[in-house]
Amino acid sequence: MALLEIKDLHASVAGKPILKGINLTINFGEVHAIMGPNGSGKSTLSNVLAGNEAYEKTAGEVLFAEQNLDDLAAHERACAGMFLAFQYPVEIPGISNMYFLKAAVNAVRAYQGREQLDAMEFLDFVETRKKVVKIRDDLLERAVNSGFSGGEKKRNEIFQMAMLEPKLGILDETDSGLDIDALRIVADGVNALRSPERGFLVITHYQRLLNYIEPDFVHVLVHGQIVKSGGKELALELESEGYASWSGEEGP
Amino acid sequence: MKIQDEKSFDELAGKQYKYGFVTDIESDSLPPGLNEQIVREISRRKNEPEWLTEWRVKAFKHWETMEQPTWAKVEFPPIDYQAISYYSAPKQKISAPKSLDEVDPELLATYEKLGIPLREQEVLAGVVAVDAVFDSVSVATTFRGKLEEMGIVFCSFSEAVQKHPELVRKYLGTVVPYKDNYFATLNSAVFSDGSFCYVPPGVRCPMELSTYFRINAANTGQFERTLLVADEGACVSYLEGCTAPQRDENQLHAAVVELVALGNAQIKYSTVQNWYPGDKDGRGGIYNFVTKRGHCRGDNSKISWTQVETGSAITWKYPSCVLKGDHSVGEFYSVAVTNNLQQADTGTKMIHIGKNTRSTIVSKGISAGRAQNSYRGLVRIQETAENARNFSQCDSMLIGDRCGAHTFPYIEVGNPTAQVEHEATTTKIGEDQIFYCNQRGLETEEAVNLIVNGFCKEVFRELPMEFAVEAQKLLGISLEGSVG
Ligand SMILES: Nc1ncnc2c1ncn2[C@@H]1O[C@H](COP(=O)(O)OP(=O)(O)OP(=O)(O)O)[C@@H](O)[C@H]1O
Ligand SMILES: [Mg+2]
Repeated sequence: MALLEIKDLHASVAGKPILKGINLTINFGEVHAIMGPNGSGKSTLSNVLAGNEAYEKTAGEVLFAEQNLDDLAAHERACAGMFLAFQYPVEIPGISNMYFLKAAVNAVRAYQGREQLDAMEFLDFVETRKKVVKIRDDLLERAVNSGFSGGEKKRNEIFQMAMLEPKLGILDETDSGLDIDALRIVADGVNALRSPERGFLVITHYQRLLNYIEPDFVHVLVHGQIVKSGGKELALELESEGYASWSGEEGP
Repeated sequence: MKIQDEKSFDELAGKQYKYGFVTDIESDSLPPGLNEQIVREISRRKNEPEWLTEWRVKAFKHWETMEQPTWAKVEFPPIDYQAISYYSAPKQKISAPKSLDEVDPELLATYEKLGIPLREQEVLAGVVAVDAVFDSVSVATTFRGKLEEMGIVFCSFSEAVQKHPELVRKYLGTVVPYKDNYFATLNSAVFSDGSFCYVPPGVRCPMELSTYFRINAANTGQFERTLLVADEGACVSYLEGCTAPQRDENQLHAAVVELVALGNAQIKYSTVQNWYPGDKDGRGGIYNFVTKRGHCRGDNSKISWTQVETGSAITWKYPSCVLKGDHSVGEFYSVAVTNNLQQADTGTKMIHIGKNTRSTIVSKGISAGRAQNSYRGLVRIQETAENARNFSQCDSMLIGDRCGAHTFPYIEVGNPTAQVEHEATTTKIGEDQIFYCNQRGLETEEAVNLIVNGFCKEVFRELPMEFAVEAQKLLGISLEGSVG
């Protein structure tokens, strides 16, 4: 059974077609990287997968652990084990990060028929997860992403991922805006979470991240289509040659 | 799935409160209509002393010369004051449901969500009278015994008129004079009943008054009158209202609340208001026109208003503080939620008269559906108020794009040493925030709940603990179906 199977996926935003026939299969235990020029549809893909209603799927089929995604609302996809680390995490004033995480963890557990964590158990769990992804205590006490620096927001996303223990982690440019140390910490976190029961889809512009998180496959997304797939060496190729050969006249 | 949900929600909304507004006036009531005769008759039936009868009559005569105010940002059809019956015997039974089986299932579902025990549900739904439930338990008696030992008077207004006429006479109308405004004047003429509390010098009331029964505030009537006096150094916390939606057959509510804090006294007055807001098309629903005011008469006194308003079709309400004593403090913390076609025009007035007086205003308005929510606040620093300070914060939150939020701050500064700060923000619950929560496993309704509760935190913090929890749940229920 594949973790994620995307078949001929088409999607539009605000009536404008963006994804034009994506095919991609991710098996359990695999890490796939997607690279591609600005505006090629990478975030669109992650939003469609996560069930953002602002994005309209117009054709194709996506199976997540053999479940048809059309049957699952956004929160159900999350509960079923899909996690999106946002390119631009939103702020939620007034709600502490801890409180938010507790609500999220317990919502996911409820969906999966597992027992709820009480306050003490939750705190213990937070401690164990802090060993995987280091995060400052004051960030946990503060309102969700409110006033966090760009890098702090990204790190918070990965911490949330560590707390929610998804089957599939989609990382949308989590490396952008991270300083070198933070990049390491985030990559170490992801590597610690790598397991045969879990897969990752890592969207990035920089080969550098892939030195830390070694992908099994690299795909190039241009104009809403995967134009090339290969091993991790493809990322190095792109780094030196860019996307010029695929961009055509629509390109920058 | 979503469409189905909406449909069943609509169906339920259509059924809602079906049993709530059937009136069957028994012979114990006065016929509809308002004139001097009626006013005198009300007073006579309540066996009131002559001074009170004359006070009511003066109010009535003055009311006749007044016109209903039109400045508030609310719209409603004209009220026919002659069609209202101004007196019903206290224990009159309205055509009540005979058991919970006859009660609107949606209402019961709401009680369920609020976690209200079955016996209380019966009272709230009008199946049983309050005393029928609690006579046997006699909690009330024990409670009152304890207060009496401390010299605290806490009883119905009518009872206070009989047993403590000197106290009532000394303070009634001294905060809200009978000429104050159209609705307060009407109330002065015809008020039915309400609560009275007097805390003697130096006594701290050991419990939240009126919280001992969730329902004791139910069935208080249409023209409620409350008077709370904290004598020198006394301290009292009073809670009005009920988180459960109340069954009430009266459309117009015009209550008056007067608070008096003498030197070093403190009064905390919390309200949770959840009257029937009308159906989703705005039919029915309570018009809530309330005059609430507190006098900080003595030095170092403090009055604090905290309110969570989710009910009523129209709310028109400005709990105010007159800060007369030097170093006196006034506070106003408010959450007002409007959904569907509800309209709220609320706010506060802080009148600084004494030296070094301070006031704080924190107002959170939330609108959803096609609702309109206005904040109207007056901060007046009089010439005498050396070194007065005010801080106001008015935040509005919009859910969806058919609702409105309006802020009308009025600031009058008559003394150059004053410091007045006003902050206002308007935020919209963004689709992106909701999606973010969805992506972490939270359903949309839970997400809205979370975001809204975060927004209201500063106010909930001011509520008595137990009520803060209920208020949070209440907010969620009030906003159900407002997104998606
Ligand atoms: N809400 C929207 N309304 C209109 N156009 C949109 C919207 N969201 C995305 N688009 C457009 O869709 C296209 C794909 O955007 P997307 O965010 O998927 O690109 P991306 O590959 O993630 O780019 P980047 O590398 O810059 O993050 C862009 O042209 C973008 O302007
Ligand atoms: Mg992007």
